Amino acid sequence: MILPDSFLFVISLADTGAVLFLLIYFIITLSDLECDYLNAQQCCSRLNQWVLPKIIAHVFLSFLLLVHGHWILMLINLPMAGWMAYEIVSVPSGNLGVYDPTEIHNRGQLKRHMRDCMVYLGYYLVFFFVYLYCIIVSLLKGDPINMKDEGEIITEF
Amino acid sequence: MAQIPSSQLPPNRSVPTSQLLQHSPVSTITQKVTGLNINQATGTVNPRFSTSTPNAQSPISFRQNGSFSPIAVPNKNVLGSGAKLESVPLTSSSSSSTSMKTITNSITTAYQSNHEAPQVTTSSKPTDPAHQFQASSSVQHQGPSSQFNVNPILGIGLQKNLVQQNSLNPLQRPQMPTQSNSQNYQPQVSVDTVNQSGQNYVNRGVYPKSNPPAESYNYQNLQNYTPTSNIPSHLLLSQNNNQNALNNQLRQSNVPFPTNKPYVVDNQLRSNIPSNLQQPPMSQNSTPVTSQNFMPPKPSMHSNRYPTPTNANFQQQQSNTTSQWSNQLYSNRNPLQPQQMSTTPSSNTYVQSQSTYPGHLQNTYNQPHTTHRPLQSEYQGVTQSGFNKMWGMEHCDLLQIPNILPEVKEPPPQISLGHEVFDQANCSPDIFRCTMTKIPENNSLLQKSRLPLGVLIHPFRDLNHLPVIQCNVIVRCRACRTYINPFVLFVDSKRWKCNLCYRINELPEEFQYDPVSKTYGDPSRRPEIKSSTIEYIAPAEYMLRPPQPAVYLFLLDISRLAIESGYLHSVSRLLLEELKNLPGDARTQIGFVAYDSALHFFSFAEGLSRPHEMTILDIEDVFLPTPDNLLVNLRDKMELVSELLSQLPTRYNNTFDNNSALGSALQVSYKLMMATGGRVTVFQAALPNVGPGALTVREDPSQRTSAEVSQLNPANDFYKRLALECSGQQIAVDLFIINSTYVDIATISGISRFSGGCIHHFPLYKMTKILDQELFEKSFRRYLLRKIGFEAVMRIRCTRGLSVHTFHGNFFVRSTDLLSLPNINPDAGFGMQVAIEESLSDVQTVCFQAALLYTSSKGERRIRVHTMCLPVASSLQDIIHSADQQCIIGLLAKMAVDRSMQSSLADAREAFINVAIDILTSYRVSQNLNNPVSGLIAPTCLKLLPLYISALLKYAAFRTGTNTRLDDRVKAMIDMKTKPLYILIQMIYPDLYPVHNLENQRLIQNVEEENIPMPPRLHLSSRCLDSKGAFLLDMGERMVMMVLSSVPSEFLNEALGVASYDAIPDQMYEIPILNNPRNQRLHQFINYLNEEKPFAATVQVIRDNSPNRVVFLEQLIEDRVENALSYHEFLQHLKTQVK
Repeated sequence: MILPDSFLFVISLADTGAVLFLLIYFIITLSDLECDYLNAQQCCSRLNQWVLPKIIAHVFLSFLLLVHGHWILMLINLPMAGWMAYEIVSVPSGNLGVYDPTEIHNRGQLKRHMRDCMVYLGYYLVFFFVYLYCIIVSLLKGDPINMKDEGEIITEF
Repeated sequence: MAQIPSSQLPPNRSVPTSQLLQHSPVSTITQKVTGLNINQATGTVNPRFSTSTPNAQSPISFRQNGSFSPIAVPNKNVLGSGAKLESVPLTSSSSSSTSMKTITNSITTAYQSNHEAPQVTTSSKPTDPAHQFQASSSVQHQGPSSQFNVNPILGIGLQKNLVQQNSLNPLQRPQMPTQSNSQNYQPQVSVDTVNQSGQNYVNRGVYPKSNPPAESYNYQNLQNYTPTSNIPSHLLLSQNNNQNALNNQLRQSNVPFPTNKPYVVDNQLRSNIPSNLQQPPMSQNSTPVTSQNFMPPKPSMHSNRYPTPTNANFQQQQSNTTSQWSNQLYSNRNPLQPQQMSTTPSSNTYVQSQSTYPGHLQNTYNQPHTTHRPLQSEYQGVTQSGFNKMWGMEHCDLLQIPNILPEVKEPPPQISLGHEVFDQANCSPDIFRCTMTKIPENNSLLQKSRLPLGVLIHPFRDLNHLPVIQCNVIVRCRACRTYINPFVLFVDSKRWKCNLCYRINELPEEFQYDPVSKTYGDPSRRPEIKSSTIEYIAPAEYMLRPPQPAVYLFLLDISRLAIESGYLHSVSRLLLEELKNLPGDARTQIGFVAYDSALHFFSFAEGLSRPHEMTILDIEDVFLPTPDNLLVNLRDKMELVSELLSQLPTRYNNTFDNNSALGSALQVSYKLMMATGGRVTVFQAALPNVGPGALTVREDPSQRTSAEVSQLNPANDFYKRLALECSGQQIAVDLFIINSTYVDIATISGISRFSGGCIHHFPLYKMTKILDQELFEKSFRRYLLRKIGFEAVMRIRCTRGLSVHTFHGNFFVRSTDLLSLPNINPDAGFGMQVAIEESLSDVQTVCFQAALLYTSSKGERRIRVHTMCLPVASSLQDIIHSADQQCIIGLLAKMAVDRSMQSSLADAREAFINVAIDILTSYRVSQNLNNPVSGLIAPTCLKLLPLYISALLKYAAFRTGTNTRLDDRVKAMIDMKTKPLYILIQMIYPDLYPVHNLENQRLIQNVEEENIPMPPRLHLSSRCLDSKGAFLLDMGERMVMMVLSSVPSEFLNEALGVASYDAIPDQMYEIPILNNPRNQRLHQFINYLNEEKPFAATVQVIRDNSPNRVVFLEQLIEDRVENALSYHEFLQHLKTQVK
């Protein structure tokens, strides 16, 4: 299932874009909770169902990069995957998920979640542009527009 | 700190008093872990100037509508910028205030000309308030004795006015011509206080031997200034504040002065010091009791500063009973133990009555520029401690005082807002309590003090007197929805300013009407403004649906273990007895479900002669067998319900089903109650091991004594999830756990914790154990009959700048400050941690308001509102001395439970110790104790903190090393989180009283004004026991009386009704009622102790050689038990850590 590089990065870009949208949804939901538009239960049940898709998307992308031999990109992605896995594993057995409605208002947890989401957001934003750059590089690698022969470009138009 | 080699510890359990002062070897290695406070700054305390400048436009100034204080008139001359207060007097009172103003003005003019008091510049220059004030006040100092002869025309009226003027704005420190004030009210003392001063003097009581000169000096000064009745204490308080602030400002300014002006002033001041103050203290003959007449601050005034035989006599008289007692009982006890209690109630008047003069003196001595004679340095200590005492800032060396416990229960510290009306209106400390009575003005100050900031609230407490209001419009702030309360500011007669968000709101027309006097015009006469605890009958907009009826569902475990315990007999009998008395109206519904490995429903359908039992074997996917008749109207179906209850105890006698399907039973009860909401009462005797939410045994009995405790957290999320669903449908689940084996309370308690329920635990319950059964029945009867509120929510609001960030208790936090409480009961307490998010320096008070909206059992929607107002303070010393040790302990215990659940028990224990170390260290820093002090110095208001912490470390929730069942530990932790403070303190540190000589004890009066003998409380240490005595240990729900071997036979015969010591049976669970005074006194005393409890405690009488004695002995927590430190060793450990 080796895909061409450009296609791989298009997938990466789409994946990262989706996660970005998800994170924005997270932030909106959390700030709704902060402003009392939502109650804790609704908020947490909404968010918890997306925690797993988020890590799956991330791990899937890392796996894809690994398969295609993009070692460096994969290694950069790995710590984040590890952190997300830790977040899920470290949920106490009695809690309802990463976002627990009974604790989210305690000890500044809400703020911490908000901060985490912001960090995620920044991280994915950076990677969004990294992948965008990779797409362009990979598209240009095959010299599709025949940069060596400038004259042709001009004459084409 | 628990890892101390046992070889280093003294071998014996009890520490004789003689050994107490020796240092016992305690490990000095403690890894410093962050304290309990989640946001602890590690910054050191910098000496800093107090920058809080009085702000005349501050949002909360005093109320000025004239009706509150007779002289609420801003006076430009005296108050300086204070006159800029936005004063719009109410029309009704304007005329009187105008005339008053004139008078005050004229008086002030006279006063100023007389005293040549410099016009204190207004505070708009915040440059150096300390210096500024020092300069001004010391100038005033120049001619104290000459000015002293106050113009007779001005007389008392003038003094009063001045004092009150000041009191109105307690935080306007630098503007206060304090010196003049003190001079002014001194003559008043001579006129008015003759009646009381002798008594007051006596009250001051006994001082510790350690530094008699200091105490007596202080005492003598106070004697001279005791203002007593004429100046209300709240008026004087402002002076106190000013003094404290001034003192701090000066104390903190121990850097070289930037200008030389204060330097000069300083010298001037020193030259004014009466010469004998510069002499070393020496005993002089005097008769202080008669020296009630004012003595001018000239040398002769200070001539009788020290106690004399006369004093001693007085002390003797006053402490007659107590010292008699202590002498009789414990020959080795320090007879001069401080009587903190006796001074505390009167300390307000007392403390505030100091003159400025000594304060200046003291501060002068603190200046580094003064030449330091050896005599003076000696003197400094004496004066300092003396003055500290006067200001309620005294401290004590914990290591020097073996008997630190006050003889009667410590009353909560009073919040003084500087205005009597406010003080009286403030919320009762039984309901609302803050860990400090003064709020630090910013977060860094809070961090420096190292005290936890939080409030404890007991919102649904049974109250004797509660104003209930029914009105069309409930007056609330439009912005933050705060209910109107006594601490709001009336801008004019039509508008009020919210004290939480500072919005100005319209006052509805209706509010002008006073229902009591049936007059219009003065909103301040409304009950809402007079009382800060009030209940509204809510109009329809506070209901989402019609108020629900009282619905009670009982879930009964009928597995083999449950049947063996025999609890069904008690439950059925009590329910039968109390069925008619259950709180509720005509709509009250009741239902029963029994469960083992199946679910048994009881249908009370129309036309049945006996209840119809339906058994459902499918517990994985539960359903209701019939849609109705499972929950039935109690009145209609009374006979059927009674029939069922009479059958129940024996109905399942032959069952041998060992399973218990608690999860399924809870699920069906959710389905049953979904439509209405209500209360589910679960009796659980066995581990729920089948069906949804099944659990396995997690506890390893061999690990019960180990230091590492695991499994404190729930095993699964089933119960929590279900509880949240229940909470959404207004269903609360209460647990009665009557287990004889492990039932995993940590997990199943989730169903109550998050649905606002309560948890009762009766470990190893057997019906045959009389004591257990008695306790169970008392507790269950109370449970059935106590008030109940349905579909409740509670909201905590606080002044802008503060925020509540962590909640403790059984509820679900639905949104930021809204607690969802499907049920509320009078025995539930809550705790909240508070953070200071913005600086509070521009406000003088902060408020907390808790509003509890609930449906009463009669189907009325009601709102109970509690408001607490606290002053803001700006100096570290003020903060530390305003600490409320019991409340701090209550909050710490809650925080430690969280800590143990999240990280580990060891962490929580470390955190406890670190809190004690941090607080004592920060106190030491705040005191600027330059010279190394040998002892362990603690402020008086925190002197019991180490004692309580060492008790907590040995409490079942947090102890290690002692054999503690996991369930018991978890239940103890739940108690820490949910019990109201007064019960909590008694659980942590039970009260021990000697009861063998009640006839010699002090008498106090109970609510019916009967005389009750009140023996002093004893330390929980075997050194306090006497073989000739009998001792009553009050642990809240249980009392144990220990009768020691050589107790007088009259006591045994008369009080206990037994022939001899050996005739006391092993199972003596009541004290017979006999017709003799000894017995009556004992009963009176026990009944008195039971008065404030939810239900009367059980009493167990044990002999010293009975096998049950361990029940008593394990509570002697100040002694060394196994590998836990004794209290004294704990102090030694603290001492090594406090730097």
